[in-house]
Amino acid sequence: MLFKLGAMLMTPGAKLALLVFAIVFPFLASNEYQVYVMASAFVWAIAVYGLNIITGFCGQLNLAHGGFFAIGAYTLGLLTADAGWSFWPAFVAALVVTAVLGFFVGIVSLRLKEHYFAIFTLCVGFIIYLLIDKWEELTHGPIGVRDIAEPYGFGLVDFTETTPFYYLVLAFLVFAIWFMGRLSRSLLGRTFIAIRNGDELAQSLGINLMRNKVLAFVLSTTYAGLAGALYAGMVRFIGPEEANIVHTFDMITYLLVGGIGTITGPLLGTVGIVWITQSLQFLEEYRMIIFGPLLVLLVIFFPRGITGSFLTWMHRKAQSVAPEKKRTESKVTTTRTREAENNA
Amino acid sequence: MLKVEHLTKMFGGLAAVNDVSVEFEAGKINAIIGPNGAGKSTFFNLISGLHQPTSGRILLDGEDVTRMPCDQVARLGVGRTFQTTNLFEQATVLDNLIVGHRLRTKSGLWDVLINSQRLQREEKAARDKAMEALDFVGLTNVAGKFIADITQEERKRVAFALALATDPKIVLLDEPAAGINPEETEGFATLMRKMVDNGLTVCLIEHKMDMIMSLADKIMVLDHGEKIAEGTAEEVRNNPVVIEAYLGGDEDAAA
Repeated sequence: MLFKLGAMLMTPGAKLALLVFAIVFPFLASNEYQVYVMASAFVWAIAVYGLNIITGFCGQLNLAHGGFFAIGAYTLGLLTADAGWSFWPAFVAALVVTAVLGFFVGIVSLRLKEHYFAIFTLCVGFIIYLLIDKWEELTHGPIGVRDIAEPYGFGLVDFTETTPFYYLVLAFLVFAIWFMGRLSRSLLGRTFIAIRNGDELAQSLGINLMRNKVLAFVLSTTYAGLAGALYAGMVRFIGPEEANIVHTFDMITYLLVGGIGTITGPLLGTVGIVWITQSLQFLEEYRMIIFGPLLVLLVIFFPRGITGSFLTWMHRKAQSVAPEKKRTESKVTTTRTREAENNA
Repeated sequence: MLKVEHLTKMFGGLAAVNDVSVEFEAGKINAIIGPNGAGKSTFFNLISGLHQPTSGRILLDGEDVTRMPCDQVARLGVGRTFQTTNLFEQATVLDNLIVGHRLRTKSGLWDVLINSQRLQREEKAARDKAMEALDFVGLTNVAGKFIADITQEERKRVAFALALATDPKIVLLDEPAAGINPEETEGFATLMRKMVDNGLTVCLIEHKMDMIMSLADKIMVLDHGEKIAEGTAEEVRNNPVVIEAYLGGDEDAAA
């Protein structure tokens, strides 16, 4: 029974249903604020997908991710507010800047392995925060950046309204997930996973470690830059706090809860936790009393997050169901499950 | 096939491999034996390019590969297994093997973005290669199982298949029969003979003497990083220096 329900969840139909829900959500929402919360959850989800590439697939714990998010936001903010650029050119520039900076940080930091890499990127993240906070001539320091341009809709839509902006973010999110799915199934995604399994084994399979790690890193910072630029366009006022390390750890939490290294995990984790946080808002800081134990339980019982544990359970179930039937039939089931897994 | 000249690797002041020269012929099973810490695994790491030697030369089919990075050596046809192989536990055996053929493909980020013809062709080739390798090691029946759900012996065979999927000319096997029972060991011996019959050159490190003595065409004995003997099983078995290294610890103990 549960198994059949699970199998239904893994069909392309379920994906379509999810998309339809996201599209009609603004009409279901009781007020504009809910649409705004959902849009901001989507923005964070895009950044979490970026983290999923370098940490989930390639296995390198990047703690500078929040820093790159802030760089994306500040590039857009400063170019529109101070340099007088309009939104879309600045938006493209934000992607380019985070990609290029990601490349240079990548070729230095990725020479380090495992926790050394994590500590190094932790420092990079903090340096980014310090630069934003202290370099007042460029970033206005703690005052932050005001008057960030809104995205213009080429006369068709008005993105200053919450709902159109929601759809803009949704479009980018769909693209981000689509690309992630394609990447994970491709030989390139498999190359990243091989690196996660172990540097030495990957090398002995003829994989150039540095080139592939840097590629994964640049992809992840570009995702962070994309999310940061959308964030700046949404809130239109940013400060050094955007580069706070707390954001990086929030994103890691979203990733772990949803399912690290999976396709739907980052979305589930981010949207789920953002809404739980919202509904526990009345508890203020005390909500951590609920969050903490919840997280501990999750890590103990579902180490691969919601999506990862679900997929493992489905696969085992499919394998154990198979022998009861005829051989030929079992083959069909397993291939079907595998296809479904790829879709999920 | 593989020629090693005066190979030395120093770790600080310690010579892990010391002035070893040896030649492995194509289409043969070559074994490296020696007590623990003799430098056998280091020797493999030097050949496969994981470590850079301090001095000496390594020639693969006449080509100097001494300073080449590991991934390039792999592309030239050196496949290897490790004593332990970390695989993606929550993925199927087949999924784990597909990446083995990656080094023979060229698709990059752009191919992924536009889902190019080349990518589709190469992915099919990689999948076929993985199936072929699985078939070779006799594991097609577990292709759809998670790595976490297969036996220790099957894992070892998967590691073999992964090395085979790279289309190697020579395979370096680091203790392939460690941790498995005598029957399974016999199965691995058969598998290695099958590899040689299919035109591969096999080079293995092993502690199970019964297996080595009946299997290897040529044996090299390392002790304290130095080559103390080489030859056929018969020659090595009767070599007094080898017997000394394995059995006669008297002098070491006295000193």
